[in-house]
Amino acid sequence: MAHYWQEISALTMRWVRRLSREKFSMLFTLVQPMLFWLIFFGNLFQRAADTQVMQAPNYISFLAAGVVVMTVLNNGLAGGVDLLFDKENGFLERLMSTPIHRSSVILSRFIFVMAITSMQVLVILGVAYLFGVQPATGLLGVATILLIGMMFGVGLTAISMAMAFSVKSHGDFFSVLGFLSLPMIFLSSALVPLTAMPGWMSFLAQFNPMTWAIDAVRPLILSGWTEALPHVGMVVLVMVVFDALCLYGGAKAFRRAMG
Amino acid sequence: MDRTIAIDVSHLSKIYDSYRAVDDLSFQVYAGEIFGLLGPNGAGKSTTLRTLITLLHPTSGTATVMGYDTVRDADKVRTLIGYVPQERAIDRFLTGREHLQLLGALYHLTKEEAAKRIAELLKLVELEAHADRPAKTYSGGMKRKLDIACGLLPDPKILFLDEPTLGLDVQSRLRIWDYVRMLKARGMTVVMTTNYLDEADQLCDRLAIIDGGKIKTLGSPVELKIALGGDIVSLTLKETDRIHSLESELKSRPAIKAVRATTKGLDIRVESPEKALPTILESANRLGCDIDFIQYNRPRLDDVFIAHTGRAITESIPESETA
Repeated sequence: MAHYWQEISALTMRWVRRLSREKFSMLFTLVQPMLFWLIFFGNLFQRAADTQVMQAPNYISFLAAGVVVMTVLNNGLAGGVDLLFDKENGFLERLMSTPIHRSSVILSRFIFVMAITSMQVLVILGVAYLFGVQPATGLLGVATILLIGMMFGVGLTAISMAMAFSVKSHGDFFSVLGFLSLPMIFLSSALVPLTAMPGWMSFLAQFNPMTWAIDAVRPLILSGWTEALPHVGMVVLVMVVFDALCLYGGAKAFRRAMG
Repeated sequence: MDRTIAIDVSHLSKIYDSYRAVDDLSFQVYAGEIFGLLGPNGAGKSTTLRTLITLLHPTSGTATVMGYDTVRDADKVRTLIGYVPQERAIDRFLTGREHLQLLGALYHLTKEEAAKRIAELLKLVELEAHADRPAKTYSGGMKRKLDIACGLLPDPKILFLDEPTLGLDVQSRLRIWDYVRMLKARGMTVVMTTNYLDEADQLCDRLAIIDGGKIKTLGSPVELKIALGGDIVSLTLKETDRIHSLESELKSRPAIKAVRATTKGLDIRVESPEKALPTILESANRLGCDIDFIQYNRPRLDDVFIAHTGRAITESIPESETA
């Protein structure tokens, strides 16, 4: 067990070091493009968006939940990129030829991606706060939002890693990534509530786990516990199934790639 | 010769879809030797190496390292080996020292043990002055040195090198050869793949020529060359009409293995030139053949390779064999 921990912490430190060496990248990672969605898109549509439809005092407070989950989405889907590069340049083989638990590399990546994502979510909630969005459920609500983010992020990171281990080239990886991310956002309740969507879109959006995550995060920010709790309960259930499927697929891809 | 067996490969095969990358391979590596897997790209040498370092599971057959099975006892095998991959498996954002520290943790060394070993290794590969710079500032040769230091960090019983000097300049190449010889002198067993004939010839105690997933021949470079049928003495005669009489004269002599007439003279295959040359000269003298030119070639590893694979190592594999 002590060995396991030694491996995981050393590997996690590597990800942290890499990020800290890329000062610009770190800046851009933390001050994510997602923040622009909140600041620009949120303020831009302030008057164009109908608060009756949104069921929110203003668009930015409606959008906050969407941006939080979009951050989780993007980080999760990109979570396997570094492993992809490790696979391509042989670093992964070097790691795998050492007497480590086979899962250490992957666990270190989960820990790192989850930690970065949590920090970003906190930054986004902080910026939203500056624009007058106060989470109705307080700090416990923020903790719940982070928990939902983690649960969604674990599954997404697993998908990303599964892709990293399966693709032939990193070109393929980024094509699939680019193809997945936008429809996931548009076919969810991130930008408009399901009730305001064209029928076919709201139908498809129901099958998007992202919708479930947003529908739980949103009342945590806008309404309060009584309205949020049933959604939170539901999303936990959905995410348990989602994560189980993704982790199963990820583990399969990993085992195939590692012989 | 009774020697300790470090690696025992028995009827090893690896099949991808329907392609046999490695086909019923059997060989042994002795403790303390430098063993080479020589072959063109796609011959199956990297697949063999990856099986030995537990990264691939064989489709059939077995491989043991220091008596441990590479599949069943993979964890034990991993504690005994060091691996230097073919690609520059370097994290460009980490410093040289950080690479070694990371591996130290993965081999479960304590901080003190790791620090001591890292200092020794950095000194060995002459990277002390650059240890705290990110690896992206390193030259190709320096990266290779770091690669090797990483492979040596666990203080392995067996070091695996995959194409150790691929793409390096001549000086770095000779430096790497020096390291490998030094490791052998310290008693380490080294297994390396290469597609450089001179590297195999200079460095390896024994080597296996692999082509199309099969071992074509195996032995020390000297043995392989001798097995080819000895050295070649080429004569150019002044009068070409005497060629055939000299040919039949020489064929009966015991020191001569084979004689072949060429347009200007004879190619004579001999066991040892020291014994054969006097015989040849004496016969030529007796028959009154004036010799214009005499040339003597040791068979090179190139000749061995061509004799066993039917082509030079630089020639690409015919389409039909790769499909």
